[in-house]
Amino acid sequence: MTLRPTQGHPEQSRGVSTVSATIVLRGRKVVGGRAEGEALVTRQTIPGWGGVNPVQGVITETQHELRGQSFKDKVLVFRGAKGSSGWSAMYHTARLAGTAPKALVFNEMTTKVALGAVVMRVPSVTDLDRDPLAIIETGDWVIVDGDRGLVEVVKAGK
Amino acid sequence: MLDGRDGKARQKAMELLVRYAEALGAERFVDTRNVAGVPGSANPFLQNYYRDKGTDERDAIFSYFDLDADELLDVPQALVPTYHLQGGADPTAWQTLGVKVEVFRSYQEREAFAAAHDVGILKTCTPYLTGNVPAKGEHLAWMESSAVIYANSVLGARTNTEGRESTSAAMLTGKIPDWGLHRTEHRYGTHRIEVEIPVDSVMDWGMLGYFVGDVVQERIPVLRGTSRRPDIVRLKHFGAAASSSGGVEMYHIVGVTPEAETIELAFGPRQPVETFAYGGAERRRVYDLLNANASDPAVDFVMLGCPHAALEQLQEAARLLDGKKVSSSCQLWIFTSRTVKGLAREAGITKTLSDAGAVLLTDTCSAFAQTVPPGTKVAALDSAKQAHYLPAILGVQAWFGSTADCINAALTGRWSPEGI
Repeated sequence: MTLRPTQGHPEQSRGVSTVSATIVLRGRKVVGGRAEGEALVTRQTIPGWGGVNPVQGVITETQHELRGQSFKDKVLVFRGAKGSSGWSAMYHTARLAGTAPKALVFNEMTTKVALGAVVMRVPSVTDLDRDPLAIIETGDWVIVDGDRGLVEVVKAGK
Repeated sequence: MLDGRDGKARQKAMELLVRYAEALGAERFVDTRNVAGVPGSANPFLQNYYRDKGTDERDAIFSYFDLDADELLDVPQALVPTYHLQGGADPTAWQTLGVKVEVFRSYQEREAFAAAHDVGILKTCTPYLTGNVPAKGEHLAWMESSAVIYANSVLGARTNTEGRESTSAAMLTGKIPDWGLHRTEHRYGTHRIEVEIPVDSVMDWGMLGYFVGDVVQERIPVLRGTSRRPDIVRLKHFGAAASSSGGVEMYHIVGVTPEAETIELAFGPRQPVETFAYGGAERRRVYDLLNANASDPAVDFVMLGCPHAALEQLQEAARLLDGKKVSSSCQLWIFTSRTVKGLAREAGITKTLSDAGAVLLTDTCSAFAQTVPPGTKVAALDSAKQAHYLPAILGVQAWFGSTADCINAALTGRWSPEGI
């Protein structure tokens, strides 16, 4: 896989300490709107009911690599949804509690993640031309344009 | 319905379904006359959040949460047959579950709201054991991952894992996106599972399910080599486990499930992406994984009935408990549906259970209600699904074993399983 960095953005505009380059991924709109934030990335599927505390915005599943981490105000970059049919209601509750992610970028479409994205009302994109899990790392700054199906990634400096 | 001719609530329900279909990439809807969800229900958070936001005529929870609308709506009757899955608290033993009186009153109000809108109050995760048994090929809009996988795989009905909002919208419209498992081309197997060891007990079927879900995640496994034909209880535990460790919504067992008379029919035009073997080492690994959260053998709580116990499971528990007493250092809760509890009462089983000190409960379970007896530190469970969820939800240790292991723990207060 070739990463083709496009034009870099001035770091001041986003308050990111070090910025190398912007990468643009193209995909399909799931939910429209535009949002940006720091990426929280997992290659694992994400649980809903029974594996997340929506009021605190924290993943609680015992065997999950993100256990104990908060998705509040993050751009959640993940493989897909798993587990109970309570997925949408959990993330819907997170929206009410003010702990929802700012945007979703994911690989595998399911009814759980589709309905969850709809009721969370956050910009969401899938079917990207390159694997977002291979490109986006936790801490990168990510801009999601749901209507155009675009994901801009500003790599966090190492 | 989208134009509002059938009323504002059905219009909002249809709008939500359109947003959902667009998110999925679905191009049309299928008609359904079989919905299973939790319309209008509310946990304490939602009860509190929507307190004083509705009126006598216009329900805030159903308007704002179920239909994700931005306005209060007059909610009409269900348009198609709709059933309420698990939720709330046992109406005869809510105090045992530690539910506060105001929360229980609210559960009753929410149940009355559903009933008044023609929703059948099954209050169980096992609608297929309590009168809602879909036909092969029937399109459903069901929630509850363990019921969805059962309906698709064992009964040959067609449903995706729907959610709270989509089932409530389907209740008012009789529509659901024509996507995924509604379509024949998406029901064929993707992965092959070669079962190399005998799988017989309910516990073994649960472990096999947990393994399968873990390795295939949300794909469609085709199992070959299962020597003995599994019964309803084994299939219930297998599916519940597979939809917990992964997101399996459909599986095939060659020679057993209705769309897998042969392995060729199970895979259809597809080639298996990958093959996994389930042998002794894998079985051991699953057992250890399901017991990874426990170290203290002093068991103070045993929970059975996940998914809700079938009558024969209550019969088995009664046989194992007959004439004995649950240890004073332990509590035994068994969860089932109101329907099966009624059958158990008529068979005299409820008396055997209560004489032994077991508590038979309905409507919910420990994981769903997020409740265990006060002071519980170490639980014992015979369900891989419950063992997956309970430690994450309540932070207790959980042992996993057979029903007999669990009942033995309840009688002695000690975890000393037969092992594997």
